[in-house]
Amino acid sequence: MVDVAIVAFAQLPSVRCNPVADEAELVQPVTKAAMDAVGLTQSDIGFTCSGSCDYLVGRPFSFVAAVDGLQACPPIRESHVEMDGAWALYEAFVRLLHGDLDTALVFSFGKCSVGPVPDILNVQNDPYCVQSLGLDSISAAALQARALLDAGKATERDFAEIAVRCRRDAKDNPNAHLKGDFDVDAILAEPYISSPLRKSLCSPLSDAAAAIVLATGDKARALVDRPAWIRGIDHRVEPHSLGARDLTVSPSTLIAAERAGVGRDKVDVAELYAPFAPQEIILREALGLPGEAAVNPSGGALAANSVMTAGLIRLGEAAQRVLDGRADRAVGHATSGACLQQNLVAVMEGE
Amino acid sequence: MSEPLRAPYVLEYTFRRTPGPIMGRFLDGLRYETLEGVKTADGRVLFPPREYDETGTAVTNEWVTLRPFGTVRSWSWVEQPRTDHPLSKPFAWALVQLDGADTSIVHAVDAGDAKHMKTGMRVRVRWAHHKSGTVKDIECFEPHSLVMPAPSRLEFEVYPGRHYTAYLKALEEGRFIGGKSGADGKVYVPPRAADPTNGQPATEYVDLADTGVLTTFTVVRIPFPGQKLDPPYCFGAIVLDGADMPIYHLISGVPYDQIRMGMRVKAKWKPREQWGPSLENILYFEPTGEPDVPFEDYAEHL
Repeated sequence: MVDVAIVAFAQLPSVRCNPVADEAELVQPVTKAAMDAVGLTQSDIGFTCSGSCDYLVGRPFSFVAAVDGLQACPPIRESHVEMDGAWALYEAFVRLLHGDLDTALVFSFGKCSVGPVPDILNVQNDPYCVQSLGLDSISAAALQARALLDAGKATERDFAEIAVRCRRDAKDNPNAHLKGDFDVDAILAEPYISSPLRKSLCSPLSDAAAAIVLATGDKARALVDRPAWIRGIDHRVEPHSLGARDLTVSPSTLIAAERAGVGRDKVDVAELYAPFAPQEIILREALGLPGEAAVNPSGGALAANSVMTAGLIRLGEAAQRVLDGRADRAVGHATSGACLQQNLVAVMEGE
Repeated sequence: MSEPLRAPYVLEYTFRRTPGPIMGRFLDGLRYETLEGVKTADGRVLFPPREYDETGTAVTNEWVTLRPFGTVRSWSWVEQPRTDHPLSKPFAWALVQLDGADTSIVHAVDAGDAKHMKTGMRVRVRWAHHKSGTVKDIECFEPHSLVMPAPSRLEFEVYPGRHYTAYLKALEEGRFIGGKSGADGKVYVPPRAADPTNGQPATEYVDLADTGVLTTFTVVRIPFPGQKLDPPYCFGAIVLDGADMPIYHLISGVPYDQIRMGMRVKAKWKPREQWGPSLENILYFEPTGEPDVPFEDYAEHL
């Protein structure tokens, strides 16, 4: 069995709009920073995999343009997923399990500032029954939030308290851009966008990029003092049809968490990708997190949400705390699709 | 560095899709206002239909016709619809489980106001006028309650009688009259055949003013079937000067939060050419501006 670890993580600060950087200009500095941290260059990397979505910038094959940000000549072993970078990390992880390569570079980028993201995300809905109705991502999440309220699992005040906590915690995160001291009652006085969701219960949309370097066994130990060993990683998907799901629970997260071994030991820190405040409640329950686990100390997606990158950032934020010794055992989570349709869970440990 | 350039950009695909046998049958059915779900191998009904159930097992070829009624399982009110939304006025997104189906369809509910939305409420399909073979052939859902219209209508000929006739004829001339029995009898409006306090004929007519005191009132804010006026409106009891019985009429010409018991009021008559033998000659009673009448002075008429 090959042991795989995260040895480096870098991110560009999330901002509401980065008007000057194109794909390559987002990718180049962040991949370089991650590789510099462990003294590697592109020619040292065995496998490179990226995650992004062309619809975000509306430019077909924008991920190909992003490769210009790498040193890809002579040609490199490269792959791409039209998904959050967390799934690119999964592919790279699986690739390293073959044992013939000892390093991989994973990166992702998301530019949310140029298009109507809530409408763009409708493109991922069922084209026969949903897409033509124009179900935006906020309204879909609102149906899920209402189901939570109806089930008695949460109140609107619970939602607001999550948003306040995340943005308060984000004050210590230089890479987050929506942060500070917010007030629960002020949030509850905001008008609904799609009831019961109000603006402050939704994530901001951000431009950002992130990169992670993976290494195996002794290579990882040679690169850093304390690799964040990926002890378990799994991802699961639920039915596409919203009306075929119980939106108050996340069986895909539950199974992924079991398979990744979340409950096998203590959890010091968990970084969850919940683009809407109510979703944190569902994810906490499905992951079975112990009470002492610090959840989203970075502020999570409610403080910065670069779609397609925020999931990889969650894995990176969790791994970073193992790398620098602040945590022994960390959980990273990423989601994709409407109402938490797909979920990925990774458990990382120090030695 | 100078300000970076920016420009609008549109991404559009004029795709057409071949929906296949399952979705094709479903969508084709909608053109003809037919709602069909498909059965799974374990006997559940998927609506909207799918090719496979969530375990990945192919559905059967057994179709189930569903009626256009269902129950809201979750909803979200949108006060300001986005450009792409199915309705351009405030509406609700909802998961609607049709009767007989085991899954729900995402669609819109035209309920007018968020306060009409409730999980568990009953809704029915509103079909689009022009069909396109898409899920938009269901224009939306709308609230549905099991209420059967049951109007009843009977036609009569009314003879108001001698005293009512005298009252209505006086109204036709722009006057009020009352009737009383004896010099110290109570004055009834309209006049009546007998004074119920003493059983004596109350046939002596007296002229009354079109001014009086508002003894009590109500502001109607709730709509109801058959209502002739649009709420809100105020309905009051007016004891005309010289009368011992109130008549009932609309109170207006004043903000409703300023209407009070004991207020002096005067009839606001329609133009004379519109008069007939009817209390409808008066549009409403309005304040005179005189000081209010003390409660003790009209307490016996309440």
